[in-house]
Amino acid sequence: MTAAERTESTSSEGRIATTLETIDSQRAALYAVLLGLIAFYLSPLWGGLTTAFKTQTGFVQTTPLAPPTPEWFTLEPWELAFATMQGGLVNSLLFVVPATILSALFGSLAAYGLTKLSWRGQIGILVLFLAGVFLPYQSVLVPLRQFWSAVDLAGLLAFAPFLANRADLIELTVTHTAYGIPICTILFRSYYKTLDDEMIEAAKIDGASAFGIYKRIVLPLSMPMFAVTLIYQFTQVWNDLLFALVLVTSRSNYVVTQSLNELQGSMAQEYNIQMAGAFIAALPTILIYVVFGRQFAKGITGAS
Amino acid sequence: MGFDIRRLLDRIRRGRTDGSGDGERTLRTDGGTTSSRGSKVSRLRHSDAVQALPFWLPPALLVGLFVYGAVSWNLLISLTDWSGLVQPDYTSLSLEMYRQMPDDPSFIAAFRNTVVLLVAFTVVSLAIGLVLAILIDQNIRFENTFRTIYLLPMALSFVVTAIFWSWMYNPSTGTINVFLSTIGLDFLTMDWIGNPTTRLAAIIFALTWQFSGYAMVVYLAGLRAIPDAHYEAAKVDGASSLRMYRRVIVPQLSASTTSAAVVLMVFALKAFDFIFVMFGDTPGRSADILAVMMFRVAFSRTEWAYGAAVATVLFLMALSVVAPYLYMQYKRGDL
Repeated sequence: MTAAERTESTSSEGRIATTLETIDSQRAALYAVLLGLIAFYLSPLWGGLTTAFKTQTGFVQTTPLAPPTPEWFTLEPWELAFATMQGGLVNSLLFVVPATILSALFGSLAAYGLTKLSWRGQIGILVLFLAGVFLPYQSVLVPLRQFWSAVDLAGLLAFAPFLANRADLIELTVTHTAYGIPICTILFRSYYKTLDDEMIEAAKIDGASAFGIYKRIVLPLSMPMFAVTLIYQFTQVWNDLLFALVLVTSRSNYVVTQSLNELQGSMAQEYNIQMAGAFIAALPTILIYVVFGRQFAKGITGAS
Repeated sequence: MGFDIRRLLDRIRRGRTDGSGDGERTLRTDGGTTSSRGSKVSRLRHSDAVQALPFWLPPALLVGLFVYGAVSWNLLISLTDWSGLVQPDYTSLSLEMYRQMPDDPSFIAAFRNTVVLLVAFTVVSLAIGLVLAILIDQNIRFENTFRTIYLLPMALSFVVTAIFWSWMYNPSTGTINVFLSTIGLDFLTMDWIGNPTTRLAAIIFALTWQFSGYAMVVYLAGLRAIPDAHYEAAKVDGASSLRMYRRVIVPQLSASTTSAAVVLMVFALKAFDFIFVMFGDTPGRSADILAVMMFRVAFSRTEWAYGAAVATVLFLMALSVVAPYLYMQYKRGDL
């Protein structure tokens, strides 16, 4: 029942005709507001999309909201932006996918150890994980730089030149995995708390080991939560710029957010190329969001 | 505090349904004196605590090293006078870096802006999120589509949204000014992000666009958890819709407000990427925040110790937001 209807049903019979009219106009106003809000929320994306298809003269002479006319239509910004950013896209994929999977897996294992097996003191460990979710990354940047320059991953991997050249990306993988574990643990824990204990208890009585229970019962049941966690974590890691700024030193290892930032700096006046670049960088997360919107919403609200 | 932990442990132990739980409790109450040594060892090996270890310990070690190790190391660095390309000297530690802060006008400005951003962004996002949630909760058609679109900006990177909004705020052809002229508000058009007086407000506006959908999702979950009977009761009392929401519904959303506010504040403390892409690491006094200042001081000017000190202040700010929240949750037994 809607608020309008709730109010309506209290009014007397004689006024039904007039109230129906007010309901209609109220409903119309409601939808008008909702649509106006949609226009607001989409306007930056729409303005960017139209601009990305316009030539330089095109976007200077028209408003950003006007769709491109045939006279000014061009695909060149997309080609240029893609050419500059393709290295970044590949590098991002190379480190985001393993970092996402690893942190989800570690999160699941930790959450299992902290819920389905009961032992003293787990609340203390849990609080340590929880606080990690809210950490501002600035407060670890200087030590991170010190740590990774002391470790000298490139030197350690000198025997495998392919890996040594990608040392920056491996550092990013490890770093993002570590900082992703807290939120993944919290997400999995909230899910495991709702799992039925009966099967686990039965398996325990049958003499199954803790690992056997995890592999045969908990892991298969975790798949919906893996979807939520992987989507959340992929979006977070893909979108991050700060860690890459600090850890990626060689240009050949620039990740997508870095190459987009550079594109923006070097083409300050070419808004069409900037917009095309922004869409190229955002495309994977937008696609995932459109397809898995429900899981995404679950992921972002899981922490609270 | 100690009492609470003991009570909590009791609760955890009572929650166990298997036989070994009771066994362990008897074991504890008699101090373990009556059990034989052998059974104790085998019980220990088969106890959940030992079995749980391989699951949580490796991730806990990673988190311990990267989160707590790094935060402590950062604190240590902030007590040195390390700068430049040499290695830090940990032998003489002092609070010198923290003593400099009150006399550093750029720190004062960044601190003030951080607080303004934190409060304004959080309050505005919550308000807009609440309105969105109430509108969406009116049994509307295409609810999913509306919700999906309002939340969409949150899936985007700060790098992407900063580029979009630089274009939105473009003084000559940007959408904002074009829109203002179209509806006859020409006198309001200005260089929103170029002008120092409006710069911070423009940033807050853009960030609100990006994150109000988050507040909406949290509030929507809160609204859906309120039993229908409460709406009915308010209706019987003859309350108008507006009054019903103000008096009956909104007060029941305080838990949603708290948790959304905490997360939004932490987002605000992390707003680095957005400002960095828009302005580089020198956004000027009017829009500098601690997160950006820390990066500039440490990584551009290589004043590592001072940067670490600024980072510690940022960490303490986050802690002062999060610690009471976590403690409250713990008290309520929600952890």
